[in-house]
Amino acid sequence: METIVFGLLNGVSYGLLLFMLSSGLTLIFSMMGVLNFAHAAFYMLGAYFAFTITGSSSFWIALFIAPVLVGLVGAVVERYGLRRVHPNGHVAELLFTFGLAYLIEEVVKIVYGKTAVDYRVPELLDFAAFEIYGASFPAYRIFVIFIAVAMLVGLWFLLKRTRAGLIIQAALTHPHMVGHLGHNVPFIFMMVFGIGCALAGLAGVMAGNIFVTDPAMAVQMGPIVFVVVVVGGIGSLEGAFLASLLIGLLQNFAVGINLKFAEIFGFLGMSDLSEVGRISVSSLAPVLPFLLLVLILIFRPQGLLGEKEL
Amino acid sequence: MNFRKTAILAAATSVLALGAASADTIKFAFIDPLSGPFGPSGEAAYTSYQLAAEHINENGGVNGDMIEIMGYDNKVNPKESLVQFQKAIDDGARYIVQGNGSSVAAALIEAVNKHNKRNPGDEVLFFNYAAVTPAFTNELCSFWHFRFDAHADMKMAAITDWIAERDDIKSVYLIGQDYVFGQAVASAAEGQLSEKRPDIEIVGNELHPLGKVKDFTPYIQKIISSGADAVITGNWGADMQLLMKAAAESGSEVPYLTFYGGSKGAVASLGEDGIGLLHQVSEGITNLEASDEQYALIEEYKERFPDYDYYYHRVWNVMDMFKKAAEEAGTNDPIPVAKALEGLSIEHAYGTATMRAEDHQIQQPLYISVVSDDVKYGVDNIDLGWELVDAGTISMDAAEQPTTCEMERPE
Repeated sequence: METIVFGLLNGVSYGLLLFMLSSGLTLIFSMMGVLNFAHAAFYMLGAYFAFTITGSSSFWIALFIAPVLVGLVGAVVERYGLRRVHPNGHVAELLFTFGLAYLIEEVVKIVYGKTAVDYRVPELLDFAAFEIYGASFPAYRIFVIFIAVAMLVGLWFLLKRTRAGLIIQAALTHPHMVGHLGHNVPFIFMMVFGIGCALAGLAGVMAGNIFVTDPAMAVQMGPIVFVVVVVGGIGSLEGAFLASLLIGLLQNFAVGINLKFAEIFGFLGMSDLSEVGRISVSSLAPVLPFLLLVLILIFRPQGLLGEKEL
Repeated sequence: MNFRKTAILAAATSVLALGAASADTIKFAFIDPLSGPFGPSGEAAYTSYQLAAEHINENGGVNGDMIEIMGYDNKVNPKESLVQFQKAIDDGARYIVQGNGSSVAAALIEAVNKHNKRNPGDEVLFFNYAAVTPAFTNELCSFWHFRFDAHADMKMAAITDWIAERDDIKSVYLIGQDYVFGQAVASAAEGQLSEKRPDIEIVGNELHPLGKVKDFTPYIQKIISSGADAVITGNWGADMQLLMKAAAESGSEVPYLTFYGGSKGAVASLGEDGIGLLHQVSEGITNLEASDEQYALIEEYKERFPDYDYYYHRVWNVMDMFKKAAEEAGTNDPIPVAKALEGLSIEHAYGTATMRAEDHQIQQPLYISVVSDDVKYGVDNIDLGWELVDAGTISMDAAEQPTTCEMERPE
């Protein structure tokens, strides 16, 4: 029972954090067709900006300003970088964002140093929300859940229920038509890229103080974001949401399970002295998302809710 | 035209040859992580080596030669380390120092053994300052390898001695990194606890992947629901810091007995919650009584490298023992230095250190310390620091462990 409750709580909070991080990536891909390798780097920028702003004012100001700043950086990158690279095709775009990721990391190292900065949870939320089976659940994580859900609803409303969303969607499939109707298509793309980066920045603001804010945080988060996006279906916001929760729950439940392979497959005659039999489920937890990635690519290449194949 | 080119080339070569002939630097290759999640661990040691070398050079060097520390980033990857090792050899290094990661140390020991066998006259020595898998000075022992840190069994002996005295501890949870070192820590804990306190129940034995876990909350909740009275961990680097962060968030209130609680950021992560709970075992802490020179050194380090704290005291032991051995041998060549190191003793700031000849394992007193808010020197740029616990000094004899090493020595 404890395992299930803990698994659910942590799984949902971790999963929603993943969603915040990957929603921007999937948004950019679905709207612009750009697979942004530098996405996790924008997440890192969000955390660092929040650290700086928190230092000179407060976390609450950082919560609003930092994502906007990251969004501006993203918009500049689109306007003066990506837009010029775009005519050269997808490979050029991929390589551009790939290089950009390294560039941002190095700049962060130069500005903030190679080691972690002391970015903390705001004091107002630094208490235990409730206690369950002797372990406390931090209020800040509940705040994260709240922000993530608000973000999902906001995004969904913007894209599906507003005129702006309609134009954005149309600009992807029929850019010339939308252009002829008098909309500034390149500007729309710049906005979309900026918003996508701002979402990553917001995730950084929220996650930087739960985990560690250091120059390695982008590299550590990078792979898992792509797993979420691919599993959910590239370009599908709902899919990314589902996949984030799935991965969050999967990882957290696996850690909570004490069984070893030998105990599960004992009926097949596996002994707990054998190499495979000694592996415990919990030690496999961090690998599971990648296993899921491989399985999805083999059996359902379009992802859980995706429309197009990779 | 051609003639001029050749002349320039010839001039350049002769300058190079001159440089090689005068050879007045002793090259130390520092092969450890200088980026990534374990970058801070490597960087803290690298800066320590640099400062130690500077001090030696300012005082006339070793046998008149200057020490140069060259950094090679191995990303805690054994394969990458072998590439860096080759690079270091090509750059003229005769001494290799490494510490972060027993998987790396194992690969380097093998590489050094091979290199020395194939290149007589160009031998290199491996000074291991922190990779503490016991096997390196037991079944895998090598004449070319010297360990300047107490190995896992020795540190565990200190921890289990301390637990044995604490009657209120009835159950223990083991958590560690899933590689050769984490496994060694777990088996040492199991073996020694069953010997010293057979009544203690081990309620969990968890291994997690090295440097991959971002959120330790589920692990901490497992620890809490297991009802353990104490936790033993060998975690280091980011794994230590994140474990402590999750422990603080979840309100875990049991003592954490660690090898590397001094890892950068761990104390700051726990904050006030860590007082009286986070313990570490080490060869020295800054808040022990020491000479004014030692205090000056601690302060100089902090001033030069404000991001880090004076933590790697053993780095100074490495350099001081090297200097003493080389001066006794009268040369900076690896084989005579290695022979002089065997059985060598130095007095360092926190006691005596002796390099045991039979297995090249340093023997020294160990100290168990705990986070406190009443200290001379804080860490992580906050006011909390390490304070010796009651009866926290483990003498050299008590920490000493037997060895199974059968060493092959060169002529």
